[in-house]
Amino acid sequence: MSDPVGYLPVAPGSQPPLDSPGYGSTHKRHPKQAPIRIAPTLTESLAPKLTERDYPAFADLSVHEGHQAQGERIIVGGRVLDENGRPVPHCMIEIWQACSTGRYHHPLDTHDAPMDPNFKGEGRVFTDENGAYRFVSIKPGAYPWRNHRNAWRPNHIHYSLFGTGFAQRLVTQMYFPGDPLLPLDPVFNAVADAGARDRLICGLDMDVGREEWALGYRFDFVLRGRDATPMENPQ
Amino acid sequence: MSKLVATAAQTIGPYWALIEHPEWADLLRAGGPNEGYAKGERIALSGQITDGDGAPCVDAVVELWQADPEGDYEAGFHGYGRSRCDAEGRFHFTTVKPGPVKGRGNATQAPHVTLSIFARGLMNHVSTRLYFAGEPLNETDPVLAQVPAARRGTLVARPTAPGAWTLDIRLQGDNETVFLEV
Ligand SMILES: [Fe+2]
Repeated sequence: MSDPVGYLPVAPGSQPPLDSPGYGSTHKRHPKQAPIRIAPTLTESLAPKLTERDYPAFADLSVHEGHQAQGERIIVGGRVLDENGRPVPHCMIEIWQACSTGRYHHPLDTHDAPMDPNFKGEGRVFTDENGAYRFVSIKPGAYPWRNHRNAWRPNHIHYSLFGTGFAQRLVTQMYFPGDPLLPLDPVFNAVADAGARDRLICGLDMDVGREEWALGYRFDFVLRGRDATPMENPQ
Repeated sequence: MSKLVATAAQTIGPYWALIEHPEWADLLRAGGPNEGYAKGERIALSGQITDGDGAPCVDAVVELWQADPEGDYEAGFHGYGRSRCDAEGRFHFTTVKPGPVKGRGNATQAPHVTLSIFARGLMNHVSTRLYFAGEPLNETDPVLAQVPAARRGTLVARPTAPGAWTLDIRLQGDNETVFLEV
């Protein structure tokens, strides 16, 4: 059996540095030493197989126990691809977000905004054979976060994705087009490359939405690709 | 050639608990994917995650990925778990001890578990390996060999009781954990 192929190198500026001074919580939590780069073994090239049998899907966050959540109903859909443009089928996507007023269904969230009892804010979907996914939710509200003077997070949805290889694991946030808070947000702006930042913003898509029911937004995820050429030993 | 660029990571933030399922920390749980799994030695893995001030990271989450007791990733054992950190910043997993895993070329890797740490204040997750103190294969493990000897101990868990192992993770500062990337 031949050795596992490596992953494509990270494109410069496309990932946020762990030391991101604008985001105060990184000060004491970012490692000061560089990580050690290793050649991938089976440990790094494989990944857990997460299936709907063990991790049931729930693709509609807008209804809780038969009750409609408040706010602007939205549909989000798109595809999960790798850097080589290949769809990633059967990819588990975890989703979490604040309700329409900008409050998380969590005791630690003390933001003084009305909590929607019909919005729990957790979802889980799997991509199909073509790497496509879709879920229904409510547009999340902005919320304050004390990082700097009068700091507010732009509207965003959190995601967690598991690919077919360990290095494809992705936790990220999706933003909405035209949000005036984006230029002020240190988390979004921790990504140096403007193109990479823009790819965190979904696009209004009338084909994703449903007439007289919900606006639709398109958002594609790209997971790290594998290198077609054999990897040199980094040693 | 690469046509697309991978999506940028963003911090998991403080509210990932909305997707928390505490039972995932027990890989052998009733009703879980490994229910009834009888091979290998059952073990408990724990550790404290601290920041550059030595303060516990109480809102961190740790993911585990490991092979089965024969060192196989695809023979039926579901080697994935996730644990939140408690009020002391400690994660706790229940699992089976992994076996030696085939390495690159003709190498054999010592038994190990991969740990990934996600937290508010981490713009992207960081990953490391947990090895088991006293394993003869640790002496020849190709990944441990890449780690400077003075820092190797940050990857090696100590036994605290029969079947119980602990490895603390220091995100920053003195005795900072060695993190790995591919
Ligand atoms: Fe958030």
